[in-house]
Amino acid sequence: MSTQHRTAGDTATAESPAGGAPAPRRTDEGRERARLVRRQRRSRWDLKLSPYLYVSPFFVLFALVGLYPLLYTGYLSLFDWNRAYYVRGEFVGLDNYQFVLTDPVFQKSLVNTFSIFLMSSVPQVILAVTIAALLDNHVRGRAFWRMSVLLPFVVAPTAVALIFGSLFADQYGVVNGFLKELGLEPIRWHVDRWWSHFAISGMVNWRWTGYNALIFLAAMQAVPRDLYEAAAIDGAGRVRQFLSVTLPMIRPTMIFVIITSTIGGLQIFTEPRLFDDTPNREGGPDHQYMTSTLYIYVKGIEDQFYGRASAAAWVLFLVIVAIAVLNYLVTRYATLRSSR
Amino acid sequence: MNRRPGFLVYGLLAAFVIGSALPLYWSFVIGSQTKERADDFPPPIVPGGHFLENARQVLDTVDFWQALLNSLLVSTACAVSVVFFSTLAGYSFAKLRFRGSDALMGFVVMTMAVPTQLAIVPLFILMRDYNLLDTLTAVALPSLVTAFGVFFMRQFLTDAVPDELIEAARMDGCTMLRTFWTVAVPAARPAMAILFLFTFMQVWTDYMWPLVALQKTETLQIALDRLALTGQGQTTDYALVLAGTGMATIPLLLLFVLAGRQLVAGIMQGAVKG
Repeated sequence: MSTQHRTAGDTATAESPAGGAPAPRRTDEGRERARLVRRQRRSRWDLKLSPYLYVSPFFVLFALVGLYPLLYTGYLSLFDWNRAYYVRGEFVGLDNYQFVLTDPVFQKSLVNTFSIFLMSSVPQVILAVTIAALLDNHVRGRAFWRMSVLLPFVVAPTAVALIFGSLFADQYGVVNGFLKELGLEPIRWHVDRWWSHFAISGMVNWRWTGYNALIFLAAMQAVPRDLYEAAAIDGAGRVRQFLSVTLPMIRPTMIFVIITSTIGGLQIFTEPRLFDDTPNREGGPDHQYMTSTLYIYVKGIEDQFYGRASAAAWVLFLVIVAIAVLNYLVTRYATLRSSR
Repeated sequence: MNRRPGFLVYGLLAAFVIGSALPLYWSFVIGSQTKERADDFPPPIVPGGHFLENARQVLDTVDFWQALLNSLLVSTACAVSVVFFSTLAGYSFAKLRFRGSDALMGFVVMTMAVPTQLAIVPLFILMRDYNLLDTLTAVALPSLVTAFGVFFMRQFLTDAVPDELIEAARMDGCTMLRTFWTVAVPAARPAMAILFLFTFMQVWTDYMWPLVALQKTETLQIALDRLALTGQGQTTDYALVLAGTGMATIPLLLLFVLAGRQLVAGIMQGAVKG
């Protein structure tokens, strides 16, 4: 870059000074000084402006595809929409919110969302911490185990949903085959509301447990080893060490994992959408496993009720934020207590 | 915990890994059977010899190769864009002092927690108004930058680049951009690779937004969606569907074999710093 400056300076000296009239020839010294001043000024602007320039692409793009749509969702939710002509209708205040909140289908979708979220997050965190604790031993073949637990993560949710759809098929599914073999009643996985949540949570757990186990493992390995030695000298057994040393030490990671899985878990879409093997794909013939995100998609994109879908999106958005904050508080409280 | 593990530890880990592999194995077993055999009980437990026939049927049903190419294009474009802009912004936040940097970074962290995918309706309207529906541009646009990327690169560059090195480069008369290019980028390379991998996978596996933005054009996930619809009304032809699932999964499995270690390292690294 400095060479470019020099060439720029040289060409500037070669040109006649601006203004046209033959100005008095400047001395070499003067030229040199002018060049330095110019360069310094440019450098100062470079120093001042560059940071803003470097962060601006993120903010500009985010404003366009993140912030603006989010705020526009709020705007849309206050209007009636003429579906036939895609034009904005009249201002209806909170009517759309009232519709959505009293819509049995949306209510059902909220319950489904929570049920699937709980069934997928609670066992997942417990299992992931367990796997991490196992991996935190001096196991042979470290790289092999770590990679193996991550295998499901590279299978796309669409593929996961279709694979589990086949395993849990109502009629010829292999899971039902085994149940029958054991003399049990086959389960109607695609019809029975809570069992369908079980199958869908299974997909989420299958894909994400290993991923979260690695995050917990990283946190566990950052725990200073002499803490364990001190605990052992105090007569703490392995389980006690885990409860009194490991768990409190990985608290920040725990909060991080729980909050991110809350934000993701409350927006599950792919799995319930593709688990449905009827052509409607609205989360089961009676919306048994329609999640709220699926509701927003069906209402907003398929049925083109922009206002209602947007109202639903804002409701879900607020719910997610509320749950994330609640989660944070509860996790903090629980892990603080266990550390005493 | 610092003790030599016994059989119990290996046994439990092995059980978990087998559980992790089984559904995937199942898709390859069923994807290589005939339609009739796929519904049998007891089920087949080894792959059959019908994979190629099923694959041909998949190719007849959906435009698999075009979908593969589309997925590759969109994922690569987004990954390149995210890595470039995140490194630039992350470097700025980590190493340059400027007014408002703390507030702006706080904003970035906050947006990580904002579920922006809920805003599909206005995004859909936006794409429709600019005549971008059914284009790959529409698929890529919302994923060109991520707050996570900026955060991740900032965390990494804070430690990876010594301040003295930047000052030295400035002393030597480097412009800001040249300093970034010759000092920060080489140091950031490992993190850039990891961010590339994760963004690529994230865009590749995304289903909801392409479903909204596309109509006739297909990415791999949309092709799978269409494939699963074909047998409906009757019982689903799982031999066909799972053959397609397998075909769509092979590219990511290859990526996993080639870069699995980096994926593991990336997750563990992000965790410690996050």
